[in-house]
Amino acid sequence: MTLTTVLVLAVGTYAIRIGGVLLRERYSVPDRVRRMFALSAIALLAALYATNGLVDGEGFAGWARALGVGAGALLAVARLPFVVVVIGAALTTAGLRVLAIA
Amino acid sequence: MRSIWRTIDRELVRDVAALAAAVAVVGASFGALAIAAGVPVWMASVMSLLVFAGGSQFMVVGVLAAGGTPFAAVAAALLLNLRHLPFGLVVGDLLGRNRAAQLLGAHIMIDESVAFAMAQRDPQRARAAYWLCGITLFCAWNPAVLVGAYLGEAMGDPADFGLDAAFPAALFALLLPQLREPGPLRVAIAGAVLAVAATPFLPAGVPVLVALLGVVFALPLPKKLERAR
Repeated sequence: MTLTTVLVLAVGTYAIRIGGVLLRERYSVPDRVRRMFALSAIALLAALYATNGLVDGEGFAGWARALGVGAGALLAVARLPFVVVVIGAALTTAGLRVLAIA
Repeated sequence: MRSIWRTIDRELVRDVAALAAAVAVVGASFGALAIAAGVPVWMASVMSLLVFAGGSQFMVVGVLAAGGTPFAAVAAALLLNLRHLPFGLVVGDLLGRNRAAQLLGAHIMIDESVAFAMAQRDPQRARAAYWLCGITLFCAWNPAVLVGAYLGEAMGDPADFGLDAAFPAALFALLLPQLREPGPLRVAIAGAVLAVAATPFLPAGVPVLVALLGVVFALPLPKKLERAR
């Protein structure tokens, strides 16, 4: 890895990040469009949840992770505190791995 | 700027701290992996400071370690980060028109800071949550990368602690309060299904963008809401 690689990635990533922010500032948009922006963020976060929970590289991430993420979801639906959800998911997955369930 | 910190309560601090602990472990594992792949400590550190997007950092090191060209590595990583563009459209609202806040705030735009902000009920709290989460995770990620680089293989695998399940679970918990209305709920389900369905066919990062199409599932709703009012 060269410094050029790092800098190109850094500049590109920052350009993407600041791009949305500046676009948002440039145009005043009606509330309906603002609502669409919020909905697209919801779609993205839900997609990140599902893909990070189920997929690793090109294949299934394995039952340990999927069940851990599922356990976390159940804890969240049961309205348990955020910290309990996060630790519960991690412990479930770690526990399943100790039991050699991939 | 000063007044926004008053809206931070203990619960928010605790939640962000829990995530910061997990981020630190993953940061340390990035440091260890980078060193194992022959990346100098200082470069792993500069990368973490300037890029601050964990997924894309792992991607670059991974692609290069597998013999890919720097161009392929950076292209794949930028594709993975492309989701920050639509995130910016939402975050832009929080950052306001202050140029310094925009320039600084853009750099701490990560999935978690966006999710934390969106989970808040009012804009003031959302702004506070965004800054608190972004700054805290930045301060957790960067020193951890250094620690991991020095610990090397003694670090262990974050998967042993189940951290690969912790992050999706955290996103779900932050997303859930926003899904009470049918419109957002449909969008979330459609986005998740579209992304997972697209995963076998598209390079990493693109399936999440396909999920944006899920927004159409909310389209009939605004009219209905307006009528209900």
